[in-house]
Amino acid sequence: MKILVCVTSVPDTTTKITFTDNNTKLNKAGVQYITGPYDDYALARAVELKEQQGATITVLNVGEADAEPVIRKCLAIGADDAIRVNAEPTDAYFVAENIAAIAKENNYDLILMGRESIDYNGGQVHGIVGELLGMPSISPVMRLDLDGDTAKIVREIEGGHEDLEAKLPLVLGCQEPIAEWKIPNMRGIMTARTKPLKVVQPVSQETLTSVAAYEMPAPRGACKMIPADQAETLIQLLRTEAKVI
Amino acid sequence: MSVLIFAELDEGKLRKSSQEAIYYGAKVAEMMGTSATAIVLGEADESELATAGRFGAKKVLHAGNARLNEANGMAYATVVAEAANQEGAEVIVLAKSALGDAMAARLAGKLKAGLAANVVDLPELSNGFRVKRSIYTSKAFAFTELKAGKKILAIKKNTIEPQETDATASVESFQPMLNDSDFVLKVTSTEKATGDVLLPDADLVVSAGRGLKGPENWGLVEDLAKALGAATACSKPVSDLDWRPHHEHVGQTGIKISPNLYIAAGISGAIQHLAGVNSSKVIVVINKDPEAPFFKSADYGIVGDVFEILPRLTKAAQAL
Repeated sequence: MKILVCVTSVPDTTTKITFTDNNTKLNKAGVQYITGPYDDYALARAVELKEQQGATITVLNVGEADAEPVIRKCLAIGADDAIRVNAEPTDAYFVAENIAAIAKENNYDLILMGRESIDYNGGQVHGIVGELLGMPSISPVMRLDLDGDTAKIVREIEGGHEDLEAKLPLVLGCQEPIAEWKIPNMRGIMTARTKPLKVVQPVSQETLTSVAAYEMPAPRGACKMIPADQAETLIQLLRTEAKVI
Repeated sequence: MSVLIFAELDEGKLRKSSQEAIYYGAKVAEMMGTSATAIVLGEADESELATAGRFGAKKVLHAGNARLNEANGMAYATVVAEAANQEGAEVIVLAKSALGDAMAARLAGKLKAGLAANVVDLPELSNGFRVKRSIYTSKAFAFTELKAGKKILAIKKNTIEPQETDATASVESFQPMLNDSDFVLKVTSTEKATGDVLLPDADLVVSAGRGLKGPENWGLVEDLAKALGAATACSKPVSDLDWRPHHEHVGQTGIKISPNLYIAAGISGAIQHLAGVNSSKVIVVINKDPEAPFFKSADYGIVGDVFEILPRLTKAAQAL
């Protein structure tokens, strides 16, 4: 079984986002980068499958050199080798095209990634990869079990969930509770240093979208405090002042 | 050249988020000097489809094949791609949703279209095609240029408030080619709450956290939600503890919502929770801890015991 896990390197969820250069660049000063939280679930499930039934896991990142600590961490958690496509991942189609190009050469049984990256939140890359490879894509996947070449999957839908069965190969966008996040141990960290990390150039330079500028949301006004003994006033204010009910 | 809107049904009715998407698409069509066509898949009542006209669609393409009754992103993308080609659609609009995401990504792959998700405003057309979209889980916005000939816009809830008219849309039967390869996923069972407003579509949301102390107290949340006509939601710890199902979890790793009103009871307001809800128009926080960080991001706050406050709010809401 060959599993490809695609990961993003993204600002930690607690990061206070700011921009520089006249709002055209993310201010990276002091930003801690982490593996995309959803990608971490995908990787954790891949490592579980490897432990349960044997598999080789390749980690793939479309990103610049500063993503390498995140890639090394994925190797420490249990991936066998890694590929980095040396490019800035700003456009979903561009990222998907590069993932698909690598997948075409390697015949993976499973291509796993997070349901979305937490920087651009598009949730599109798995679907585009599936389309470009002619494989089914399923997201968000909360459970994945394998029975031979059949995957049994629980997918979240709005207001509930559904159980699915599908034949491999598949592209899956993962989320909790598919697996528990894994923390690398010392042995993993040591071996990760010597695991292969191949850097390749993107298959094209063309992007279909680009960001011209960023903007911060307008700050909310001060919070109007209502004394607990006058709680009912809130309902009146929501009707007459906020006009939302 | 035209604008095509992918509209979804829920229990036979056009989803509220799709009504917004139709209205948005009609506005874009107006800006581009063209007309807006909606497409609906699966068996549906023709009179319901004609209501798309109230939101600005001139025409509805109805792919009423029963094989399309099941929400299937792959098959839907095939159908919408054929419709987009037939209509010469340059812009395809949809509401951000579970099915919409699945369809739009496959469609972008088929059409090699530029795709912008979480769009929060009408496009700027004076110099290319530029949209404003929400990024970093609502912590910021990006002005994004769509450079491809075909463009797909997935709009976020509450991007636009539809002004309804009494127009009706003409409904045309659409008979697309279906590929068997799009029907390879076998759904063995589905569990879905019925009768309730879907959380991503809800205008009003009442949510609670660990401050409720246990699932047995959720009646307090449900009562207030019922009195207001709101949907219920919960924080991540509550879903992790299995007090409530995962599909009610709002926050960074759950559902992102942008309702008109979000009431948070017994939720302290960790940054990961705020990320999922901070584009709500009005936020109310009820917490016994006056230092709860959520008050800093709220419009209205009450420091007090949720077990006492929630029933009083329910009573006041019932009296409206």
